[in-house]
Amino acid sequence: MENKLLGEFKPGEKGTVEKLTVLGPLRRRLLDMGITPGTEIIFNKVAPLGDPVEIRLRGYKLAIRKTEAEAVLMKKEDKS
Amino acid sequence: MRFAIAGNPNSGKTTLFNSLTGSNAHVGNWPGVTVDKKEGVYRFRHSNNTVEKISVIDLPGIYSLSPYTPEEVIARQFIMDEKPDLIINIVDSTNLERNLYLTTQLLEMDVPVVVALNMMDVIKREGSIIDYEVLSQILGIPVVPVSALKSGNVKLLMNRCVEYVKTPRKGSSFLSSTALAEQYEKVLKLVDEHNIKHPVFHAIKLLENDSIELMHDATLSAGIQNLKLEYEKNEKPFDYEAEIADLRYKFITNNIKPQVVKVLKNTGAASSEKIDRILTHRLWGLPVFLVLMFAIFHIIFSKDFLFFKSFGIMEFDGPDGLSSLGILLKGYMEYFQNFVMTHTDLFLKNAGAYDWARGAIVDGLLKGVCSVLTFLPQILLLFLSLSILEDSGYMSRIAFILDRALRRFGLSGKAFIPMLMGFGCSVPAMMGTRTLESVKEKRMTLMLIPFFSCGAKMVIWATVVPAVFKNNADFVIFCIYITGIAVAIIGAIALKKTVFKGIKSNFVLELPVYRYPRLKSISFQLWEKLKGFLTTVTTVIAASTLIIWFLQNFDTSLNMVSENSDSCILKIFGDAIKWVFVPLGFAHGPDNWKLIVAILTGLLAKEAVVSTMGVLYKAKGYATDTHDSDANAISGKEESVTTALAANAVFTPLTAISFVVFNLLVIPCFAAVATARSELKSAKWTFFVIFFWFATAWIISFIVYQTGVLLKEVNLINRIIGVFIIVIILFSIFRRKKKKNKCIGCDKCPKGI
Repeated sequence: MENKLLGEFKPGEKGTVEKLTVLGPLRRRLLDMGITPGTEIIFNKVAPLGDPVEIRLRGYKLAIRKTEAEAVLMKKEDKS
Repeated sequence: MRFAIAGNPNSGKTTLFNSLTGSNAHVGNWPGVTVDKKEGVYRFRHSNNTVEKISVIDLPGIYSLSPYTPEEVIARQFIMDEKPDLIINIVDSTNLERNLYLTTQLLEMDVPVVVALNMMDVIKREGSIIDYEVLSQILGIPVVPVSALKSGNVKLLMNRCVEYVKTPRKGSSFLSSTALAEQYEKVLKLVDEHNIKHPVFHAIKLLENDSIELMHDATLSAGIQNLKLEYEKNEKPFDYEAEIADLRYKFITNNIKPQVVKVLKNTGAASSEKIDRILTHRLWGLPVFLVLMFAIFHIIFSKDFLFFKSFGIMEFDGPDGLSSLGILLKGYMEYFQNFVMTHTDLFLKNAGAYDWARGAIVDGLLKGVCSVLTFLPQILLLFLSLSILEDSGYMSRIAFILDRALRRFGLSGKAFIPMLMGFGCSVPAMMGTRTLESVKEKRMTLMLIPFFSCGAKMVIWATVVPAVFKNNADFVIFCIYITGIAVAIIGAIALKKTVFKGIKSNFVLELPVYRYPRLKSISFQLWEKLKGFLTTVTTVIAASTLIIWFLQNFDTSLNMVSENSDSCILKIFGDAIKWVFVPLGFAHGPDNWKLIVAILTGLLAKEAVVSTMGVLYKAKGYATDTHDSDANAISGKEESVTTALAANAVFTPLTAISFVVFNLLVIPCFAAVATARSELKSAKWTFFVIFFWFATAWIISFIVYQTGVLLKEVNLINRIIGVFIIVIILFSIFRRKKKKNKCIGCDKCPKGI
């Protein structure tokens, strides 16, 4: 287990949310979409132009920009 | 009685609304807000056979009742201020967790809530079972399984709602059984003392430091801040916002889901995942998207369908190959239009109508209205394609694929679709900006759309360019399209740095599971578009054509003169404002007021630029009698107006370019302006946007013309100075700001979780 920003994940990696490091509307939006501490997130893929990224959480898929993903501090799960 | 439908985007809200209200729906506007709310009527039949009209309001799709998106603010204000008698909360059962997040917030309001559990058929297919009775027990409100498409279920839902609406409901919260219970109860007590409606909802929002809440009542917020401080004492500030969101989700995952959902076999959204493996693939995603887009335009605009002619697969008489669906339908519309116009004319003649009346009705009203109506099939096809893209779930993938490219201009991927549509016609393109989240982004996109050269403008290029550039017309026309895109890019950057300073588009977008587009909802959407289009045509377009016709045919003492003659009001007007265009080059010379008039009539419809030039320069063989078969008239018209322009030496290469650039960028047709007006919902903004289009056209034409003149006439030193100035201008437009250091997240942040 190591701490890592969600924006630095590679496709296929997964982990659980530690905390959000932004304030204001974006923070609220991420929380509302279900990115709360302890949530398991799978980093699915990167868009063809390199950004945004596709993540899977709570049984659905969400697209967020890398800058937004960098606001999510994760506990990365070791590959088994 | 008034029922409001609330739910997540993509939960089947609109489908339910349409099933409830059928064709009784009408789109109403909220004062001062740019997002549509729909209201319709459901006829409820009581057991004693009396019919009660229940008005149903379709609120915008929301994930939460936070005040951060326009949709959320509208929904929140509606529930609090307009006091609906009941809220139907539609919940997508394939995505229970996130959908119930909103439900728990709605339950905090003092209003009866009924959950309509949608997509139960899908969840069954995916191998799970949802026990809606247990869900109803936990939430303490009725839960009705529905499939929004089946009317039987809808009847059941409404029965339950009408029954339940009689029992007044107090807001309740899950917080009373959590670690925050003590704080929550204390705040609630404080709120109760202030005698505020929806106390539970407000108490929680105050606890969360919700920005709207804190503004309402200063003494109350101060009291709550004190209360919070008591709990924090010497520890670091407690983050209620994150904690409550977390507890809310935990309540759903721990207390609801295990009891309600039974997974038998987990197939999930496997097929959808397979589709995405291709459509959003790192390498293939972009090419597949381009091919799909091209296919849509091909079906709507191509005169050589499937390239049968270009590739020599089949032989065709005449210049065109097989007509695509759009062109075919447009042909029928033109045929119909000619039929109506000839026969109306004949009828009026036989009935002995005055010449002016006949002219006003046929040449003014009918001609103007019909010229726009002929685009109806193509507009509907474009919207059909877009509805399919949207319904299937691919639209959000397009935004996903293209977001990166548009970010530099402060726009998000979602803004691409309307711009693309601008190549077809600005009117549907501007309507397409409705899907954009932020008002700034919507306005900016709308302002840029006319720079994407539309189908009607192509008629101008095809006429003017060959008159001057005989051998390389195709290349020049291609450059016109590129110029439009380039100006849109420069415009976007300039707007981002001035008018829309601080425009920042977030991009947090759900990628929904792919679904088959539903015929019912698509036809409904098309019907709405058709109604809107016909309203514009019969009101704004009809009125404006009559006005232009009048100006063309009467002199200042209101005597009828021959169209566009020297004494008509339009000519006098053209002469009066000619000075505006003198610096652009093409208004030099005694005869060139005609080009001004052409530009002016182009404001009605861009095709009119060509027909006006045809009349004014007395093109050989040009049919002044517009009642000819239009197909012949168009192909003949372009040819002969071009010849007339060449013979009269109207343009030099430089003035031609300046004229073309001006028409490319200037205020689009009346229909587009009217659409912009209805989309912007503000007269002030409409005026600004019109000014922006005009100013951009003037400035760019000015630069093009004057640079051309300078390059031709001025010595080397001045040329270098000129180039230097242009470089400085471009540099200041494209200059980037230094990046700020990013927060990498540490414990020192007061608000970190």
